Amino acid sequence: MPKPTITSANPLTHRLLVAAAVGIVGLLIVVPLTSVFAEAFAEGPAAWWRALAHDPDTRHAIWLSLTVAPIAVAINTVFGIAAAWLVSRFRFPGRSLLITLCDVPFSVSPVVAGLALVLIFGRQGLLGPTLATLGWKVIFSWPGLVLATTFVTLPLVVRELIPVMEAIGPEEELAAVSLGASGWQVFSRVTLPNIRWALLHGIVLANARAMGEFGAVYVVSGHIAGATDTMPLRVEKLFQEYRTPASMAVASVLAGLALVTLVAKFVIERRLEAEARELEAARSLPDTIDGSSTPPDAGPHTSTHGPIA
Amino acid sequence: MRRSSVLPGFGVSAAITSLVVTSLIIIPLSVLILRAASLGPAEFLEAAWTPRARAAYAVSLGASLVAAAISSVCGLLVAWVLVRIDFPGRRLLDALVDVPLALPTAVAGLVYSTLYVEKGWLGRFLVPLGIHGAYSWLGIVLVLVFVSLPFAIRVVQPVLESLDRDSEEAARMLGASRVQTFLQVIFPAIFPAVLTGFALALARALGEYGSVVFISGNMPFKTEIAPVLIVSRLEEFAYAEATAIAVVLLAMSVSLLVIVNWLQQRVANNSQ
Repeated sequence: MPKPTITSANPLTHRLLVAAAVGIVGLLIVVPLTSVFAEAFAEGPAAWWRALAHDPDTRHAIWLSLTVAPIAVAINTVFGIAAAWLVSRFRFPGRSLLITLCDVPFSVSPVVAGLALVLIFGRQGLLGPTLATLGWKVIFSWPGLVLATTFVTLPLVVRELIPVMEAIGPEEELAAVSLGASGWQVFSRVTLPNIRWALLHGIVLANARAMGEFGAVYVVSGHIAGATDTMPLRVEKLFQEYRTPASMAVASVLAGLALVTLVAKFVIERRLEAEARELEAARSLPDTIDGSSTPPDAGPHTSTHGPIA
Repeated sequence: MRRSSVLPGFGVSAAITSLVVTSLIIIPLSVLILRAASLGPAEFLEAAWTPRARAAYAVSLGASLVAAAISSVCGLLVAWVLVRIDFPGRRLLDALVDVPLALPTAVAGLVYSTLYVEKGWLGRFLVPLGIHGAYSWLGIVLVLVFVSLPFAIRVVQPVLESLDRDSEEAARMLGASRVQTFLQVIFPAIFPAVLTGFALALARALGEYGSVVFISGNMPFKTEIAPVLIVSRLEEFAYAEATAIAVVLLAMSVSLLVIVNWLQQRVANNSQ
C-alpha cells in the first residue's frame, strides 16, 4: 500500500485523480451496465420474463448459445492444454511462430475471420459444394457457428496456461516420469492439479467471449431466426425490428452472465495469486539457506495472467 | 533436436495443436489471401480502393486512432490511481475495469445507442448541447473507447506496480517538481507500456464490429467502418470486393501485431 513518502502527492491531488478515474469508469462502464438492467426491467419482471420465455425465436437463440459456446470452449480447453504443454515443456523449431499464431485471432477482425470461413465452407467456397453433396452444411448452420466461435476464443486458454506452466517448471513432472508414471498419470495427478486455477480462468474468459461473440458469428450464421440466431444476434435482430424492450431483456441476460463471469474471475485470480506466492516462497527457500535471498518485499508481485484477456 | 525433455506427450500435443492451428488459422487466412491474390492487381485495386471503401478505411482508422488515444490517456490515469492511491472502493474499481472484456459487444452497442439518443439517460443532456453520441462518428469513438479501455489499463498497471520508487524519490530530493519527476523519471519508464497499450487498443478497435453496428447508423461515406462494409458486400454476394477489403483490414491488423510484439520485447528487455 502507498506509504506517505516524499513522492506522494498532496491529498487534494489524490482526491482529484480518484474522482477523475471514478468518473471515467462510471461514465463509460457503470452507467451503461446499470441502464441495461434498468431498461430490461422497465416494465416489470413479468414483461421481462415474457420477452424471454414466450418468444420461440428468443428461446431458440438462448438454447443455441448454450450449445455452441460449450462446444467451442471444450475445443479450446483441449487445444489450450496441448499447445501450452508443447510450448512450455519442449523446445522445437517453429516454437515462437506457434506462440505468435496462437495470438493471431486477437488481432484479426472477427468479421474477417467469418469471411475466411465463408470462403472455405460457403456455397461458392472451396469445400462448400463438396460438403453440400454429402449433405453437410457448415455456413448458415451450427458447425459454422462453432468454428467461428472457436476461432475468436482460441488464444484465451493457451495464453493463461503458458505463463503458469513456464513458472511451475517441469521438475515435478520429471520426477513423476522417473518414478514410472504413465503420460496420463503425469497429466492427471501432477500437471492438472497444478494448473487447475489457470485453466479455469481461461475457461471462464473463453466462455464469456464465446457467449458474446457477434462479428464472426454474424457473418457465418446468415441470422435465420429460430435456426442460426445466437443470443447476441437475437439482441441485434430485435433492435432492428424496433423491439427494444425485448432486445434489452436478452441483453440483460448476457450482461448478468458477464457479471457472473467477473465474480468468478475475481475469485479465481485470488487463488492464482495465492498459488504464485506459494511458488515464489518455495523457490526462495534454498536461497535463504545459502544467504543470497532477496528480502520478501523486494518487489510487488506481478500477476502471471496477461492483460490480453 | 526437437525434444530436450524426457516428458511424454510431445506427439499427441503436437498433433492436436497443429490440427487446430492449421485448420482454424493457417488455412482460413491463406484462403482469404489467395482469393484476394487471384484477383490480380488491377482488379484488387478496383475492389479494395473504391471511394466508398476508402471512406470506410478512413472512418475505421480515424475513429480507432482517436479511441485508442483516449483509452491510453484515460487508461494511464485509471492505472495510476489503482496502483498509487489507496481509497475505499479501489478493489471494486479494479474489478469494474474488466467489464468490457466480459460484456458482449452487442450489448455494449445496444446500450450505448439507447443512452445517447435524444431521450436516453445521457442524450437528454447532451443532445440539446448539440452533442450527438448516437448514430454519429462520436458514437463510434465512444463504443471503441469502451471496448479498448481495459487493454490500455491492464498493460500499464503491472509496469507501474513494478516501477522502482527510489529514482523517483531521488529526483524529488534533488529538487525536481512533481511534474518534472513524472515527465522525466516516470514517463520514460512506462512509455513502452503505454505505447503497447495504445497498439493493443488500436488493434481491438480496428476489428470491432458488434458494438459499432448498433451505434454508428452505418451511413456510407460518413459512419461506415471497414468491417461493416465487408458485411454489406458479403450480403450482396460481392465476395471479391468483400475479400479485397478484408485483406486490407488484415494487413493493418498484422502490421499492428508485429509492432505490438516488437514493443513487448522492448518492455521485457527494459524490465530485466
